[in-house]
Amino acid sequence: MDLATFLIQLLNSVQYGLLLFMLAAGLTLIFGIMGVVNLAHGSFYMLGAYLAYSLSALLGSLTLALIVGTLLAVMFGLALEWLLFRHFYHRDHLDQVLLTFGLISIFEELRSMVWGDDVHGVPVPELLAASIPLTANLSYPVYRLFMAGICLLLALGLYLLISKTRLGMKIRAGAFNHDMAEALGVNIKLIHAVVFALGVGLAAVAGMIAAPTSSVYPNMGSQVLIMCFVVVVIGGIGSVRGALIAALLVGLVDTFGKVLLPSVAGMLVYMLMAAVLLWKPEGLFKQ
Amino acid sequence: MTDSSTSRRQVLSQGAALIGAASTGMLLPQVAQAQAGKLRVGLMLPYTGTFAQLGVAIENGVRLAINEQGGKLGGREIEYFKVDDESEPSKAIENANKLVQRDKVDVLIGTVHSGVQMGIHKVARDSGVLCLIPNAGVHIATRAQCAPNVFRTSFSNSQPTRALGAAMVAKGHKRAVWITWKYAAGDEAFEGFKEGYLAAGGTIIKELGLPFPNVEFQALLTEIAALKPDAVACFFAGGASAKFMIDYAAAGLKGKIPLYGSGFLTEGMLDAAGPAAEGVMTTLHYGDSIETPRNKAFRLAYAKTFKMQPDVYAVQGYDTGLLLIKGANAVKGDLNNKPALYKAMETGAIDSPRGKWTMSKSHNPVQDIYLRVVENKENKVIGVAAKALADSGVGCKMS
Repeated sequence: MDLATFLIQLLNSVQYGLLLFMLAAGLTLIFGIMGVVNLAHGSFYMLGAYLAYSLSALLGSLTLALIVGTLLAVMFGLALEWLLFRHFYHRDHLDQVLLTFGLISIFEELRSMVWGDDVHGVPVPELLAASIPLTANLSYPVYRLFMAGICLLLALGLYLLISKTRLGMKIRAGAFNHDMAEALGVNIKLIHAVVFALGVGLAAVAGMIAAPTSSVYPNMGSQVLIMCFVVVVIGGIGSVRGALIAALLVGLVDTFGKVLLPSVAGMLVYMLMAAVLLWKPEGLFKQ
Repeated sequence: MTDSSTSRRQVLSQGAALIGAASTGMLLPQVAQAQAGKLRVGLMLPYTGTFAQLGVAIENGVRLAINEQGGKLGGREIEYFKVDDESEPSKAIENANKLVQRDKVDVLIGTVHSGVQMGIHKVARDSGVLCLIPNAGVHIATRAQCAPNVFRTSFSNSQPTRALGAAMVAKGHKRAVWITWKYAAGDEAFEGFKEGYLAAGGTIIKELGLPFPNVEFQALLTEIAALKPDAVACFFAGGASAKFMIDYAAAGLKGKIPLYGSGFLTEGMLDAAGPAAEGVMTTLHYGDSIETPRNKAFRLAYAKTFKMQPDVYAVQGYDTGLLLIKGANAVKGDLNNKPALYKAMETGAIDSPRGKWTMSKSHNPVQDIYLRVVENKENKVIGVAAKALADSGVGCKMS
């Protein structure tokens, strides 16, 4: 592998890792702060992708679809939290797993009723459809750079939100000691609703920006869900910083694994997880 | 008290069993069913899920062929029994048994998904019911586990790709990269490509693969650009094939490194892939634009009857109907006359819209494979890539 190819593969892995981070960040936040194991997280990714498919056709622009879709997803997250999840914060993990596993089936069935079972393509926006020539016969699609850019912006935003704002301080306080934070006057119920909606929003945005490159198809959520859990476990449950490092690591291993060791590529990411767990049973950055 | 209630329950349950048995026809005299009754045709196809359209196309094809013969098989009226297999391998045996044991079908037609096919195959081998495979190309069904009562009318997974090699080398593309999903159908397609390409004098410089049904192609496309092969050959099917062609073009490879594939890459995907598919060359046992009176007549009749255009799956269904007609006519509708039935189905040619084909010893079509190119959102047939291509049928011993 020459240097240019190596650098491009590095770019590929960072770009894939950042997308994984968007998904895993929501999952790890919801688990870290509310203690809810949310198996339905992949469904929010799927919801985002299907919203991008419908809205971009309806509104004629992916950018508009992104804005409207994010709002819809956040509202959906708030409603779901109010109707179901808030009743499960203090319940057993088994109850939570049963609830969210049931939700996966319900969301899949709804998807089948609303959108059918066909595979759909989402067009890349005109403005971003070009490719930048990198080597003699390889170009890099601008849209993939755009995806990476959006993910970086959101990661930065998330960092600022959690570590630099008053709301972020309350979120951290709630995660650290739930009862004490409440006793000090933090409206913990509101914090929970906000964090849950934020997680749903992040997953849906990931689905929406990935839709043009991944296409939109039934069960697309369950595939990414497994990767998400791998990232969360490697990074340390509840740690957003851990999720970022772990997502980039998984991106690297997956990309270079496919190229260098194709026969075991499907296994490598899980071997990485096993190795990290042996070394640090609580993940890289345990909160 | 206890005694009487027990006996009453027994009577009830036995009565229920009796009614149940009668309703499935188990108690009817065997003679009445065998000859004078209707011939029972079972269709086990996907009617929901990703492959739903394929199931419908196959059933349409079967019905068209039989209706063209006056709607009878060997002089007997027909009754159809349908089961939706949902492309769900875990329910395959149960679903096949619904047709074989409950409905007592004389022939089982199915299916599309290779995993489900293995379930049907087990039931067919255990029960001995006549089974016609209208799509699933899984090798073992006509190789190591071939059976006298199982016939395939479609293709084996390695057949379309076996014809690719000669066509590629003829264009001067002697160093190729192969890419597919790492799963059974991908491996079987690769077997065909490898044999054909090496025999034609080509060299496979690298075999690339990704886990099924992963669609993150970017890393592998980068690798292809670094390897600089003369051409790329691939096997993908379904929605992912459109994405593969789009990503291939977006990575700047299109127009620099020609893309070849098994025909399933472009079949039904030309709208979704758009301009990214233009110029892609594929090999398959059918092409919409085959210029024969037989194909034109078929396409016209199909379009008139079902108000939609036929595809390769409709042709496979149609040929399944033709094969069944041939067998049933030879034994005058008595499908229990198995030696004569199988003999008739094994010999002679099927006059198909895809061109005449014959049945191999292991019950897989010996057929022409066409070379097609995508032009203006159409799979245009530009020639025959391989004449009368047969699957090796290796390991097949008919008992």
